[in-house]
Amino acid sequence: MSVFSLLVAQNVVFWVIAALMVFAALRLVTTRNVVHAALYLVGVLGGVAALFLLMGAEFVGITQILIYIGAVIILFLFGIMLTRTRIGDEEKTDHRNRLGAILAGLAVAGVTIYTVIAGFGDAELGADTRTTTAEVSDSIFSQYIIPFEAVSVLLLAALIGAIVVARRE
Amino acid sequence: MSAAASLSVFAVELAYWQQTAIKLVVVAIVIPTAALILGYVFLLKMMSFMQSRLGPMEAGPHGSLQLLADGLKFLQKEDVFPRRADRAVFALAPAVVLISTFLLYVVLPMGPDAVVSGLDAGLFFALAVASLSVIGVLMAGWGSANKYALMGGMRAAGQLIAYELPLVLAVMGVVIQAGTLDLNKIVVAQATGELFGWGGIGFPFILTQFVGFAIFLVAVQAELTQPPFDMPVAESELVGGYQVEYTGFRFLFFFMAEFGTAFAFAGIASVLFLGGWYVPGFDVDSNWLNLVGPIVMFVKIMAVSALIFWFRFTFPRLREDQLQKFAWKVLIPLSLLNIVMTGIFKVFV
Repeated sequence: MSVFSLLVAQNVVFWVIAALMVFAALRLVTTRNVVHAALYLVGVLGGVAALFLLMGAEFVGITQILIYIGAVIILFLFGIMLTRTRIGDEEKTDHRNRLGAILAGLAVAGVTIYTVIAGFGDAELGADTRTTTAEVSDSIFSQYIIPFEAVSVLLLAALIGAIVVARRE
Repeated sequence: MSAAASLSVFAVELAYWQQTAIKLVVVAIVIPTAALILGYVFLLKMMSFMQSRLGPMEAGPHGSLQLLADGLKFLQKEDVFPRRADRAVFALAPAVVLISTFLLYVVLPMGPDAVVSGLDAGLFFALAVASLSVIGVLMAGWGSANKYALMGGMRAAGQLIAYELPLVLAVMGVVIQAGTLDLNKIVVAQATGELFGWGGIGFPFILTQFVGFAIFLVAVQAELTQPPFDMPVAESELVGGYQVEYTGFRFLFFFMAEFGTAFAFAGIASVLFLGGWYVPGFDVDSNWLNLVGPIVMFVKIMAVSALIFWFRFTFPRLREDQLQKFAWKVLIPLSLLNIVMTGIFKVFV
């Protein structure tokens, strides 16, 4: 297989997105400005959404935008801006356990890469990998209904727990 | 998707890159034009007439070139940064807000094939990208290094989080009735529907989803941070909120995004509730609808925008706590009830 046969649009776009994501992820942990870190996280999560769209997982990609960028990050920014209004670098953004963090990161990367290779090997994606929203919802509400309900109960419990912790009589 | 279908509109064959180029140019022209039209017709003229005055009359016939003149003025202004601002964040914020507006137009259908990309989950996409503008607003509020801007940014974030829920929940009724998230298929579902066995005008979903329509318009009003929900910019208490430090073309970006988003949301409301681009008498996939559809959509969008701006000019500003209470205690329960009722009718009727 020559190098040029890999030069199809999907591959090129994948490498561009991946490079941007790695850059944003590195800046996310190296910047000393907490708000900048949150904005780099927007870049990383946007890249994840783009990769989902690239693989034809439309619904998952859009959910990624709505939930992570549209809600989680906004709560992050909201919290940061409410508590620290100073513009500029912070002193205590670094961590003493650098070695531990690097090891943990490498371990997670190793497990993920191993799982992907063991699970898929060199299987190729077909020309059309699009899944429609109807297919996704059909499988959630028939084949995966029990995990779905379990997750719902778990989230409800977490929600009630958060209210109990936050509420002071 | 629709790419293959739109290859042969009126026997014109175009390559993929040619289609994409045309679509990009059209969207890039439509957004400023939409902002100009809405700004002139409603902000300058309708508000003036409601207040027994003429509004701008000098630039062009009846002041119709006023906003163009304003725009040119903005472009000539100096690009000012506050001294202690976070320059990169401050500079990027208006672009983020405008990108969110551009993405809304990707899925807005103007005819059977007259759409940039007819995504399978188009409605979901529109609601998701609409929420991106909050990030730009927060960036503007924080990057300005100004306490009024920061307060405006916080208020905007709180408000947009609260009103995103009713916005999403209000359209659920339509999705249940149409059985799809594809905006074009929602139009087709209305066009082929029947009113008590009579298919003359199809079945616009506003007939059964009027509660959803009302909640949607209220939530849109809050998403646009327009009066009566304009605490984030509240010029009399926050001197302009997150926009306070902006001038020149960056302010122009905010202005274009606000009115461009109003136009897009009015378009989505027309598609969901008023039958979209369909005209009774035509075949649903007739090529003529690609010509007539945009005109029909424009008329409907202007009608819905008139409602949005009518509320803007006639209601006084709410207080912050009233606004939050209204979202969480009135709109969200009401829209949930609407979903339950629609579900019951869908299953049993």
